[in-house]
Amino acid sequence: MEEINQNSQTSLDFNTEKFEPKDEIEIKQIIKFCYKKNLPIEIVGNKTKLDIGKKMQCAKTLDMSKFSGIVDYKPEELYIKVKAGTPINFVREELKKNNQHLAFEPVNFSKIFKKNQNEGTVGGTLSCNFSGSRRFKVGSARDHILGFKGFNGKGEKIKSGGTVVKNVTGYDLSKLITGSFGTLLVISELTLKVLPLESETKTIIVSGLALEHAIGIMGSAIASSNDPSGAVYYPGNLRNNFVFNDLTHPGSITAIRVEGTKISTEQRINNLTKELVLEDKKLTILDRMQSEIFWEDTRSLKALSNTDKNILRAVVPPSETVNLLNRLKTFHPNYFLDWGGSLIWLELDYLSSQKIDQIRQRILDANGYLTVIKSPENVKSSSEIFTIDPIKFKISQNIKKSFDPKRIFNPGKMYTGI
Amino acid sequence: MSSLKMPKVDRQILKNKYKIVNDIADFTKRDNILSENEELKPYETDGLAAYKQTPMMVVLPENTSEVSKILSYCNKNKIKVVPRGAGTGLAGSALPLADCVLLGLGKFNQIKEIDYDNRCVVAQPGVTNLSITHAVQDKGFYYAPDPSSQMACSIGGNVAENSGGVHSLKYGTTTNNILGVEVVLMDGTITRIGGKVFDSPGYDLLGLITGSEGLLCVITEVTVKILKKPDTVKAILLGFPTIEDAGNSVMEIISNGIIPAGMEIMDKVLLEATNNFSKAGYPLEAEAMLITELDGTKSEVDELIKKVAEICKKNKCTSVKISKSDEERAKFWSGRKAAFPACGEMAPDYYCVDGTIPRSKLAKVLREITKLSKKYKLPVANAFHAGDGNLHPIIMFDANDKISLEKTEKFGEDILKLCVKHGGVLSGEHGIGIEKRELMCEMFNNDDIQQQINIKNSLDPSSLLNPGKVYPILRKCAEEGRLHIHGRDKSKFSDIPRF
Ligand SMILES: Cc1cc2nc3c(=O)[nH]c(=O)nc-3n(C[C@H](O)[C@H](O)[C@@H](O)COP(=O)(O)OP(=O)(O)OC[C@H]3O[C@@H](n4cnc5c(N)ncnc54)[C@H](O)[C@@H]3O)c2cc1C
Ligand SMILES: Cc1cc2nc3c(=O)[nH]c(=O)nc-3n(C[C@H](O)[C@H](O)[C@H](O)COP(=O)(O)OP(=O)(O)OC[C@H]3O[C@@H](n4cnc5c(N)ncnc54)[C@H](O)[C@@H]3O)c2cc1C
Repeated sequence: MEEINQNSQTSLDFNTEKFEPKDEIEIKQIIKFCYKKNLPIEIVGNKTKLDIGKKMQCAKTLDMSKFSGIVDYKPEELYIKVKAGTPINFVREELKKNNQHLAFEPVNFSKIFKKNQNEGTVGGTLSCNFSGSRRFKVGSARDHILGFKGFNGKGEKIKSGGTVVKNVTGYDLSKLITGSFGTLLVISELTLKVLPLESETKTIIVSGLALEHAIGIMGSAIASSNDPSGAVYYPGNLRNNFVFNDLTHPGSITAIRVEGTKISTEQRINNLTKELVLEDKKLTILDRMQSEIFWEDTRSLKALSNTDKNILRAVVPPSETVNLLNRLKTFHPNYFLDWGGSLIWLELDYLSSQKIDQIRQRILDANGYLTVIKSPENVKSSSEIFTIDPIKFKISQNIKKSFDPKRIFNPGKMYTGI
Repeated sequence: MSSLKMPKVDRQILKNKYKIVNDIADFTKRDNILSENEELKPYETDGLAAYKQTPMMVVLPENTSEVSKILSYCNKNKIKVVPRGAGTGLAGSALPLADCVLLGLGKFNQIKEIDYDNRCVVAQPGVTNLSITHAVQDKGFYYAPDPSSQMACSIGGNVAENSGGVHSLKYGTTTNNILGVEVVLMDGTITRIGGKVFDSPGYDLLGLITGSEGLLCVITEVTVKILKKPDTVKAILLGFPTIEDAGNSVMEIISNGIIPAGMEIMDKVLLEATNNFSKAGYPLEAEAMLITELDGTKSEVDELIKKVAEICKKNKCTSVKISKSDEERAKFWSGRKAAFPACGEMAPDYYCVDGTIPRSKLAKVLREITKLSKKYKLPVANAFHAGDGNLHPIIMFDANDKISLEKTEKFGEDILKLCVKHGGVLSGEHGIGIEKRELMCEMFNNDDIQQQINIKNSLDPSSLLNPGKVYPILRKCAEEGRLHIHGRDKSKFSDIPRF
């Protein structure tokens, strides 16, 4: 194994505050240097999610955005291997050329944070594990990562997984690093599972349903053999965010997406209409083009994006959603539901740590969890962003230590003390 | 027993055996502790039956609190613990240690909750895979991962091995189909990971535990996702003049955006053997056969079957047979399911290799396996989950003949090395256990393995939970590894279909 000597020939300036490594050797050198000197490093992709998680005070920044490019793309093998700094948009475009996509529809936060259209890097996206409307059908980001390479907190190169789906060869570290917000490892390379784009997409919209009824319908749709790939609910007050030629009914939107071959999509739309007894409801069927826009708008949280308000993300078992929303009424949130009612996006005018704690408690009572996505700076520093109990905190602390013994990667980003 | 190196036996612990029995009797009924040789016999091996080791004792706790007290006690007293589900594992991951408490989860056999609203089932770990589907099938639901041992293997064992089945191509393996677990750590800590919701926050401990082969924690409850049964299911049998043509068809089907529920290839040797065995009506003139199963709405299935047939015809397929009823579909599968008994007819023993390769390498790797078969002068029959590149070559040998046995080990090892060389992995679904432990260095270097061991140590600092499995013992990766298989006990699980 190569031994990195800090004094050896290198173009790296170790005094700089911001490192922009171009290759793995540089990544390794930087980490070894910071390990030796006990210097905390903030790892960033495109910094689109800088506002996520806690603000950190790090001596150094490791900017991975220059470490970019497709390493290997095998459409017929259904995988793509990329460097961690590759823009996710670029990957999406490449895949589209072969009629493929990342089926987990990563959430696009660029609208709610009013940044540009930049959606961030693959490394940043996977480190967050936020998945879109297809979640209940295809899984989340963590189900689509086949393998990775990266560097632990001592600067040792670590790999796990491979390019194949079926793999029980040691612990599944790919899952562990997904959603770890850069606190375990600097990811240098990722292999992602890609899937064919379906040839047809249609969306049934039922207008004007009350919340409870909508959740019932979404649940029945998901539990049917019609295999829908999205089920969202927008209450009436968010209706005006959606302008489609074919959508003429007023009132709330309950939308169910069906994807597949043309014939099959047709048949499943018909089945759903019959099985869910929707014939006498205010129905709209969005064709492919309108449907794609509708789900893109959902993926980028369009309905909540035109304000400076605070954003929370709650996930509860769908059977708890109505009750929880009733208990949250005192906070007057705007909300919409994804994942058939299980994922609740909340928008609030005003947020304090105390309010967050109250909301968190109600969500925990409903057997769910809360993530604070957007909140005022002063609130962020005094409130936990993620939900965790003391036992799992201790386990997480131990796992963190096993990757990053000196806690130099993103210290405190996820939880104070990790 | 061969030269397999296991963790050092602690003589002091063995000496204290009856004190330990008495102590543990404070935590669970005395009847739940087995300590006499004849009682221990049924537990001395798992599905890797040639490796036998009588445990110091077997403890069969009845609830999570008992598990917690037992583990905490063992942790304090430095007693090794080996968790065990149904003992069907094929990699020896549940092989007892001479000085261990074998912790059997057989009494955890209740389905605790069926929750149709949230489309999940909460089960104790000893519940068999199939009984989950049985519990929900009257409402048209099922649990998707379907290892062929599903009538016997436990859901806890499935989580520990991340088991898959024929339908994993479309529906994923265990890791993609569970929502939560309750676990007990070696120090007795009880915790819940996940629940009835997706993507619980924080580190993905659920993902870490799935496939961890009983090394990180004892699973005491599992919440699984259930799905609605598809409307229509049809299978299509396709004969090919060469295995390459079959492999190319698989590639092209998938490149065309079709993800069938299952895709299995069998080579000529197996085709003939299984057809003789179960009269499945296979195309005997073919060199290779592909079974493809499609599910969905009727119109979709009909449309896709047509497309699959077209693609295969373009790839020189010589025969096409579409199932006309569920009975006929079952018949198509009957031969595939009889792969092992059929091989059992052809040789005194057989050894099933499990490895994964990229789909595009199927034909190439198969040709090399044929060459190896000639080199070792051992017949091999090939079956694989072709859709996801999971190979199961079956080597036929005679375990009573020492040379035949040694050659088989070498042959199996060469196949697995081939898998890794072609960008694949050492195990697709059976796990590493003791069987492939020394081969881990084929895939990983010292730093990779040390990182994994560090995770283990962070949860079980004294390395008491299932030690000696998965990771090479006292070995630096520069040394040559070897495979541990040895003679299979054909009588074991002979009534279970194998894939
Ligand atoms: C609580 C929360 C707040 C958010 N706030 C914002 C926001 O303010 N603005 C916004 O646009 N989006 C925000 N997001 C969304 C999220 O950051 C983006 O969706 C993500 O895709 C951005 O990619 P990026 O490359 O810009 O990553 P970054 O924002 O640079 O990083 C995201 C996370 O990934 C880690 N990371 C990045 N690259 C690597 C790597 N190679 N190896 C290891 N770790 C890496 C970072 O340390 C960080 O923890 C937020 C999400 C959450 C959960
Ligand atoms: C005939 C036959 C066919 C098979 N076909 C398939 C197949 O198609 N696909 C497939 O993937 N596998 C298959 N297998 C392998 C085997 O059935 C699976 O690995 C299964 O998941 C093992 O479950 P078990 O309950 O028997 O576990 P065991 O063999 O008892 O244990 C397996 C491992 O899991 C651990 N473990 C078990 N229960 C727990 C628990 N509650 N908590 C913590 N750790 C635990 C053990 O320590 C051990 O490491 C087959 C086996 C046989 C004999």
